[in-house]
Amino acid sequence: MAGILNAKIPEGPLDQKWTLHKESLKTVSPANRGGMHIIVVGTGLAGASAAAALGEQGFRVNVFCMGDSPRRAHSVSAQGGINAAKNYRNDNDSVQRLFLDTLKGGDFRSREANVYRLAEVSNAIIDHCVALGVPFARDYAGYLDNRSFGGSQVSRTFYARGQTGQQLLLAAYGALNRQVALGNVTVHCRHQMMDLVVIDGQAKGIITRDMVTGRIERYPAHAVVLATGGYANVYFLSTNSMNSNASALVQCWKKGAFFANPGFVQIHPTCIPVHGTHQSKLTLMSESLRNDGRIWVPKNKATAEHLREGTLKPSEVHENERDYYLERRYPAYGNLVPRDVASRAAKERCDAGLGINKTGKAVYLDFEKAVETQGKASIDRKYGNLFQMYEKITDNNPYKEPMQIFPAMHYTMGGLWVDYNLMTTIRGLFAIGEANFSDHGANRLGASALMQCLADGFFILPYTLPDYLEAEIGEPLPDTAHPDFIQASEKVKQRIHNLMRIGRRTPVDDLHRELGKLMWEHAGIVRSAEGLSGTFIELDAIRDRFRKETGIPGSDKTVNKELEKALHMEDYLLLAGLMIKDALHREESCGGHFRVESQTKEGETLRNDKEFQYVAAWEYKDSDTEPVLHKEPLVFSYINVTERKYK
Amino acid sequence: MHFTLKIWRQAGPRAKGYFEKFTIDNVDSDTSFLEMLDMLNNQLVKENRESIAFDHDCREGICGACGLYINGRAHGPDDDVTTCQLYMRRFKNGSEITMEPFRSGAFPVIKDLMVNRSAFDKILQAGGFVSVNTGSAPEAHTTLISREKAEESMDASSCIGCGACVASCKNGSAMLFVASRVSALSLLPQGKPEACRRARAMVLKMDEMGFGSCTNIGTCQMECPKNITVANIARLNREFLYCKRSDLQ
Ligand SMILES: Cc1cc2nc3c(=O)[nH]c(=O)nc-3n(C[C@H](O)[C@H](O)[C@H](O)COP(=O)(O)OP(=O)(O)OC[C@H]3O[C@@H](n4cnc5c(N)ncnc54)[C@H](O)[C@@H]3O)c2cc1C
Ligand code: FES
Repeated sequence: MAGILNAKIPEGPLDQKWTLHKESLKTVSPANRGGMHIIVVGTGLAGASAAAALGEQGFRVNVFCMGDSPRRAHSVSAQGGINAAKNYRNDNDSVQRLFLDTLKGGDFRSREANVYRLAEVSNAIIDHCVALGVPFARDYAGYLDNRSFGGSQVSRTFYARGQTGQQLLLAAYGALNRQVALGNVTVHCRHQMMDLVVIDGQAKGIITRDMVTGRIERYPAHAVVLATGGYANVYFLSTNSMNSNASALVQCWKKGAFFANPGFVQIHPTCIPVHGTHQSKLTLMSESLRNDGRIWVPKNKATAEHLREGTLKPSEVHENERDYYLERRYPAYGNLVPRDVASRAAKERCDAGLGINKTGKAVYLDFEKAVETQGKASIDRKYGNLFQMYEKITDNNPYKEPMQIFPAMHYTMGGLWVDYNLMTTIRGLFAIGEANFSDHGANRLGASALMQCLADGFFILPYTLPDYLEAEIGEPLPDTAHPDFIQASEKVKQRIHNLMRIGRRTPVDDLHRELGKLMWEHAGIVRSAEGLSGTFIELDAIRDRFRKETGIPGSDKTVNKELEKALHMEDYLLLAGLMIKDALHREESCGGHFRVESQTKEGETLRNDKEFQYVAAWEYKDSDTEPVLHKEPLVFSYINVTERKYK
Repeated sequence: MHFTLKIWRQAGPRAKGYFEKFTIDNVDSDTSFLEMLDMLNNQLVKENRESIAFDHDCREGICGACGLYINGRAHGPDDDVTTCQLYMRRFKNGSEITMEPFRSGAFPVIKDLMVNRSAFDKILQAGGFVSVNTGSAPEAHTTLISREKAEESMDASSCIGCGACVASCKNGSAMLFVASRVSALSLLPQGKPEACRRARAMVLKMDEMGFGSCTNIGTCQMECPKNITVANIARLNREFLYCKRSDLQ
C-alpha cells in the first residue's frame, strides 16, 4: 500500500516552501469561476472564512450548517484568544519561534512544513480580522494588546475580552453575509450533512437532511469542503457545544477518506468540575486565567480531607501547607505548562488523595496573589466575564474563594487525513479547521485552533482548492439523478427508517453517557494496553443495546431531536472503536496520548521516535473488516527532534 | 426539588398551539434549566411520548441559540443571563414554571419552543459587515484605536442574536439588535466609510422583515442578557438621520 499517502510537501527550503508552492499552483480564471460550484459544510471559523474567501473570488458556494444561523457554530464559544507571530511585545517572537513552539507543543507528531506555513500566515490573519472590525483588546495608546498562553515564553495571543471566538466568528460570518448579499454564497441552515456522494473516485456532492421537515435532499458540486469541527463529544461530557458531532467525519471516512490519529485528543486542565449526574456538558475556564491564577492543592491528605468535608476553608490553609505543584515541577513554565502536562499533573495529585472538593476531583486556581499585586480592577478587566460565568454556574465568588477546577475533554487533534493542499484521500474532498488532523500533532497549544481555522479558510484553501478545480473546468455540475446520488440518498432514508423502527424506550442520552464514561476512563488522560483492550467488549455491549433498545418517539418528518442524537450516536460508536484501536496501537507516550507503559522515571511522557514517528491514517473497509493502518512517516529536516521539556 | 411545568406545544408553524403540563421530580438544585428539560425529555422517551423541541447549543451563554420565555420573562427571572445559564436553585421548590417560545410576528414558531429567527441573518446580510476582501488588509497597527473606543465597540459587539429584545418588546422591534451591530462597526475607523449606508440598509431590511418600530420603551435593554444599552439605538438613529442621500448612491 506504499505510496497511497502522498502528503505532497513541496520541495525547497522550509521558509520558502509555501511561496514556491503557491507559484506552482494552478488557478481558475475569473470568467470560469462563476460556473464552478463548491459545497462548504460547516460555518465555524474554518467554514465561514473559506466560504467567504471563495465567494470573494467569484466561485458559487453552497454552505451548510446545523444551527439556525451560521453565527452559532461552536467556534463562537472560544474564549481566550488567537496566536500570531507579530512580535509586538519585542520579546523576540518570530515565525520561526511560533513554528517551533507549535511543533514542540505537538510533541513532534505533526508535519514540519504544515506547521511552518501556519506560523507564516498567522500575521495576515490578525491584519484581516482587524480590517473586518474585530474589537481586539488594545492599550491606552491604541496598540493591540497581548496575553500569554501555555507552552510558550512569549506574549503573542490576541484577544477580545473572554469572547475572542465570538468576535472572530462575527467577523467571518460578516464576510460570509457580504457574499450572500452579492449572490455568490447560499446558506442552508438547519441542514445536516448525512452522506458524501463520490462518483468515479471524486467527491461530487452531499446528501442532507432538512432538520425541520425531515426531507432528504441532494446537492451537487465540483468540490466539497468539510469544516464540521471536532469529535470531542464522543466523550459525552466535554467543553464542546451540544451540537458538535462526528457524523460528517465518520460518513466521509466510510466513503474512503482516511482518518488520521483518531486517538489524539486534548483534555483541558481548567474546567469547572463535574457536579451532578444529569450534567450535559462541561464549562471551560479559559487558559488565559493561568497567566495570573496559581494552581495548588494542600500538601497533606488530612488537610485535603477537611477541605472536602467543608470543615476548613482554603483561605485557612497556610502558605507553606500548599503545594503549587506546577510551579514546583516545572519552574521554567510554572502554571503555563502545556495543557496535557497540566491535566496529567492535576489527575496525579487527585489520585494521590489531595483533591479538594466533595468528589475528590478538583484542584484550586487561586487569584489571591494576583489581586494583591495588581489590584482588583486590573484582574476584573482581564477576567471579569469569566469570573462572572464561574459564579453563575457554581454559586461561588472567585474573589472570595479560589476557583475549583478539573481537566475535561476539550479538543481533537485527530481528524481526516489531508495533504499539504488540505485535500483528503478522496479527490475533491477537502477538510479544514478542527475537522482535519494537520497541524497540532499530539497536543495543541492554546490559541492556535482559531489561528489554524482562519489560516485554512482565509489563506490556504483559497489557493489550493482552485488548483484542483482547474482540471474540472468545463465539467458540468453532476446530475443529482446520477445512480450514485440516488443510491446515497436511498441509503440515508433506509438508515433513518432502521433507527425509527427500533421503537423501544431507552433514551439515546443514557447510552451516550455510558459510552462517554467508558472513553473517559480508558481513552482519557492516561491510557494502558490493558484498559484499552478491555473496552472493546463493553463497546460492543453498548452498540448492541443501542441497536435493540433505543427509543425515538415522534416522526422523522419534523424536528426530532431524539433522531438527531441517535444519528450522531451511531457514528460515535463506530468512531470510538477506531479511537481505541489507534490509542492501543501507539505504544509510546506523546503529547496528550499518555500510555502508562511508556513514561520516564519522573512520570513524564516517553516518546518512541524510532517506531512511532509517523501519522497513523486509518482506512475504512466495511462493517465486517478491521480498519487498515497506513503510515505517513514524519520527516524533520530543519529541526532537531528533542525531548519535550518544560522544566 | 420537584416542579410542575407548563409548556407550550405546537406541532408546526401553522398548527394550533396549547399548553401541556408535566411534573418532574428529583431535580438537583445545581442542575441547569436546560438540563432539567433534558431530564424531562428523557422521561418522555421512556413513556414513548414525543420530546419537547427547543434550541440550544453552547450552553454557556454565548451562541444565542437558546431562548425561552419563562414565567413571563425572556430568559427567565434572572437578569443578564441566557436560558442556558439559569439554574434550578433559582426556583422555589414545588413551584409551577411556564415556558413559551420567543414569540414575535417576525419569529414564526417552528415547533414547540423553537422559533425561526432567520430574519436576523437577513438584516445582517443587508449590511452588517465591513466590505474588505481577504488579502487586502493593511498591517494591523496602521490604524490605532483608543482603548475606550475598542471597549465601547466590544460592548456593542457582545450581542449574541438571541432575540430576547424582540420577544420582550411590545412592538416586536429589532432596533436593539440592529443598533448593536451598527454601533460596533461604526465606532471603529474600519467601519466608518460604510456607516451610513449600513445603517440605512439594515433598518430598511428590518422594516421589510416585519419587525415593529421603536417607541423608546426600553424593555429590550432590561431583558438583554448581554447588557446592550439603548444608547446604541441613539447612535443608530444618528447614523441613519445624518446619512446624506448622496452617500446612498
Ligand atoms: C470552550 C472552548 C473554548 C475554546 N477556546 C479557544 C481559544 O481561546 N483559542 C483557540 O485557538 N481555540 C479555542 N478553542 C478551540 C476552537 O474553538 C475550535 O477548535 C474551533 O473553533 C473549531 O472551529 P471549526 O470551524 O473547525 O468548527 P466549529 O466551529 O465546530 O463549526 C462546525 C460547523 O459545522 C457544522 N456541522 C457539523 N456537523 C455538520 C453536519 N453533519 N452537517 C452540516 N453541518 C455540520 C456546525 O453546524 C458548525 O457550523 C476552544 C474550544 C472550546 C470548546
Ligand atoms: S445555548 Fe448558547 S446561549 Fe444558551
